[in-house]
Amino acid sequence: MRVVIIGNGVAGVTTARHLRKRSDCEIVMISGETDYFFSRTALMYIYMGQMTFEQTKPYEDYFWEKNRIRLLRDWVAKIDFQKRTVLFSSGREELSWDRLVLALGSQSNFFGWPGQDLEGVQGLYSYQDLERMERNTEGIRRAVVLGGGLIGVEMAEMLLSRGISVTYLVRESGFSRHFLPAEESAMVSRHLRKHGVDLRLETELKEILPGAEGRVGSVVTSRGEEIPCDFVGITVGVHPNIDLVKDTDLETERGILVDEFLRTSIPDVYACGDCAQVRNPRPGRRPVEPLWYTGKLMGPVVAENILGGRREYDPGIWFNSARFFDIEYQVYGEIRPALPEERESLYWEAPGGERSIRIEFDKETGRVHGFNLMGIRYRQEVCHHWIREGASIGTVLENLGAANFDPEFFPQYEEEVVRLYNEKHPEAPVRLRRRRSFLNAFSVLTGVGR
Amino acid sequence: MSAVHESLSLARPHPDLSGFEKIGWAVLACGVAALIVAAFGWGSSNPKAALLTVFGLTGAGGLWVAVARNGSRTPASQNTGMMKHPATSRGIIGWVLGVVLTAFYIVLYWFPAPLENLVRMVDPLSRFLRGTDADRWFLYGTLYTFGVSVMGIRAIIKYRHSRYQIVRTASIIFFQSVFAFTLPALLRLFNQPEYYFSYFWPLKYQYLFPTEVDHLWNYPGGIGVAFVVYGLFASFILVPVLTYFFGKRWYCSWVCGCGGLANTVGDPWRQLSDKRLKAWKFERWSIHSVLVFIVVTTALLWIDSWSRGAFLGRASYYFARTYGFLVGAVWSGVVGVGFYPLMGTRVWCRFGCPQAAILGILQKYFSRFRITVNGDQCISCGNCSTYCEMGIDVKWYAQRGQNVVRASCVGCGICSTVCPRGVLNLETGPVGTRR
Ligand SMILES: Cc1cc2nc3c(=O)[nH]c(=O)nc-3n(C[C@H](O)[C@H](O)[C@H](O)COP(=O)(O)OP(=O)(O)OC[C@H]3O[C@@H](n4cnc5c(N)ncnc54)[C@H](O)[C@@H]3O)c2cc1C
Ligand code: SF4
Repeated sequence: MRVVIIGNGVAGVTTARHLRKRSDCEIVMISGETDYFFSRTALMYIYMGQMTFEQTKPYEDYFWEKNRIRLLRDWVAKIDFQKRTVLFSSGREELSWDRLVLALGSQSNFFGWPGQDLEGVQGLYSYQDLERMERNTEGIRRAVVLGGGLIGVEMAEMLLSRGISVTYLVRESGFSRHFLPAEESAMVSRHLRKHGVDLRLETELKEILPGAEGRVGSVVTSRGEEIPCDFVGITVGVHPNIDLVKDTDLETERGILVDEFLRTSIPDVYACGDCAQVRNPRPGRRPVEPLWYTGKLMGPVVAENILGGRREYDPGIWFNSARFFDIEYQVYGEIRPALPEERESLYWEAPGGERSIRIEFDKETGRVHGFNLMGIRYRQEVCHHWIREGASIGTVLENLGAANFDPEFFPQYEEEVVRLYNEKHPEAPVRLRRRRSFLNAFSVLTGVGR
Repeated sequence: MSAVHESLSLARPHPDLSGFEKIGWAVLACGVAALIVAAFGWGSSNPKAALLTVFGLTGAGGLWVAVARNGSRTPASQNTGMMKHPATSRGIIGWVLGVVLTAFYIVLYWFPAPLENLVRMVDPLSRFLRGTDADRWFLYGTLYTFGVSVMGIRAIIKYRHSRYQIVRTASIIFFQSVFAFTLPALLRLFNQPEYYFSYFWPLKYQYLFPTEVDHLWNYPGGIGVAFVVYGLFASFILVPVLTYFFGKRWYCSWVCGCGGLANTVGDPWRQLSDKRLKAWKFERWSIHSVLVFIVVTTALLWIDSWSRGAFLGRASYYFARTYGFLVGAVWSGVVGVGFYPLMGTRVWCRFGCPQAAILGILQKYFSRFRITVNGDQCISCGNCSTYCEMGIDVKWYAQRGQNVVRASCVGCGICSTVCPRGVLNLETGPVGTRR
């Protein structure tokens, strides 16, 4: 059986690895972007000179041959679902498949602004984008970045690292308000400004004007201001990269539609990662989740089902992480940017305003639903354990130190979180019983020594 | 027509040298120039002035640069530009520094004549601390301790957002300056045998060689007997017990001077260690070969000593001499430190040190230490592997959610410090819970 995987990103690679773990089938992985799998999430570090491209490869080059995963560097121009072949844009001989995996990734969004095709205007997704950014930012002084998401922050950090000033336009009234509650969002805004970012909230891009030699010269905002700049970074989200299959028999909507087994509408064709759109997502989950972790979670499911299994895709309890300049961010479970009526949120912030702990729970039952951490590391297993078991806020607070994952000697703030809770709920005071330690975490997870 | 609003962004161009930082480099350069002048005569003609000028200027310049450079950078930007700068990415400056350092070690070990004036320069310090004139090893120890202290302060500034790094680096500076420098000097001052409490057999292999044991045992006053007993205790009890509880790191990155130098003076080059599987395979062969070499050598020396040479003739002598030359000097000195700017900072610790080999075996099989991986949060970015001085491909473990239990890990904690997603943590717990 020959399995052809289009896309050598984390979704395609995870599928290939799990196929190889369980079977001897022939595996061919195709990508036009790079010869080898690299970590897209590390693009910023290459630009900043913190790592070389070579160092962002998750596996050494020998890995692929050793595991008999054939790599093909080419762009697929067309898929023939009848004949079961793929055709290449280079004119290379067509390749037949018995099973096909589409792991095509995303593309940057562009919303048709006037001037968006000018030189010096770009998004950041692919390795080619990075090379373009390298050229586009050479010797320049002023940049505008658009869009209050995670890639935008990274772009701002990249630009500032080269001494390029950044004006950051965000449509919403707070930074990353689509997933951050107000306090954390304000914290990030403060932090960006502290780093020298000229952050402009509730400001939209109207048009991009040319300067000299057909390059970008300035942008005009919804407030009527014209901001001179030599570079415009567009980071207003991504969408599934499905141009390849748009006008074919394959059913698509925003992404390639897949069922709970990650099968597409055509037999023996699967899709995973950023490009897949789950037909019936689990409650509280979105149909398209363009994240590194999505590819990692979907890959094993696709592999198992290709080999005759029947495993449903279960993304499990939500988690994510990022870094806003110096502030690390971790989230476990449900944290609503706008708190629903039936929920309460315990929010503690350290003096200095660069660290915080938030726990979201049910007002009535006390059941804990989510944790949001800024500048403090928490243990995924412990947080997920509490959420899965439906632990109450009292239990969680008593044991809160067990979730702390900061290194030795780091200050522990759990005592203060508990105190804050007790101030708000004097009727049922809680006492912190567990501080940070491996054994405490172990005991919460296993029940040993509880 | 819309109004033109200039950007209000306050970009600070930190990859370029700021004027403030340039002053520091200028002072440092003056210090180095003073060192050269001292080496050509000033050190002998006016030792006190030369001593103060050389160490004053290099120290002030070094600290100034550290404050200007690392002090102005935020936690997340400390490593910006590392892989592009010609000094830290095997560029031209790195090669020049590598050649200079290597040459220094060759001169120090085998052709010390050119160092004479510098040795005289540290006479005043030697007389003050040890009551006797300096020799080249005292000069070396002084430079070493000075380097660890100044660059240690730099490391503290660089990693000031991590208390683990602050405490650990302070410990390194303390053990180097007190246990590996001042204490042995004072022992000498009081006519006692010079003894380094922070080094044990087999790293300090002489401590269990028959000649040294004899020398200590019979030293007038009896304190030498205590040293011999301490040496045995440290090698065979302290090492396994502390490694069981804390992992190899208690020694390699909290106490040892070799590790201390690597983590302070060598910090700018930690990313140059070879991460390939090939290097790991080579490492396992080489480090364990050195261990076998020194164990055999020590055993032969004792057999010889008991049989009064009747048994093996002078074989053990040749073993010891070869070991001293190849391992003691060429490897741990010339290659180990000379190649910092080319092969990273732990070449000796990783490929050669027999103490590390023992600590490693203990850590792998009999220790509560591990690097815990936080669930599925790893994004395979590669920062941890890149900045691992021991060449461990940390992300290989992290991305599959597997705890890191590796003989070579010295627990410096930098992987945890540089991880942008909070994935890694050095932890101790029951041995069985490590995987
Ligand atoms: C700068 C940046 C930072 C990010 N940071 C984070 C983060 O911190 N955390 C997180 O969870 N996520 C992050 N993401 C998102 C994450 O990287 C993606 O979700 C993930 O890489 C998607 O993996 P994938 O395998 O689905 O697709 P991709 O990695 O996009 O792989 C798809 C591959 O298929 C190739 N391909 C597509 N069409 C064809 C064709 N026709 N022929 C040949 N090859 C083709 C593409 O060129 C590409 O190489 C970040 C993304 C970016 C851009
Ligand atoms: S630095 Fe952190 S996120 Fe990056 S590869 Fe290592 S463990 Fe994973």
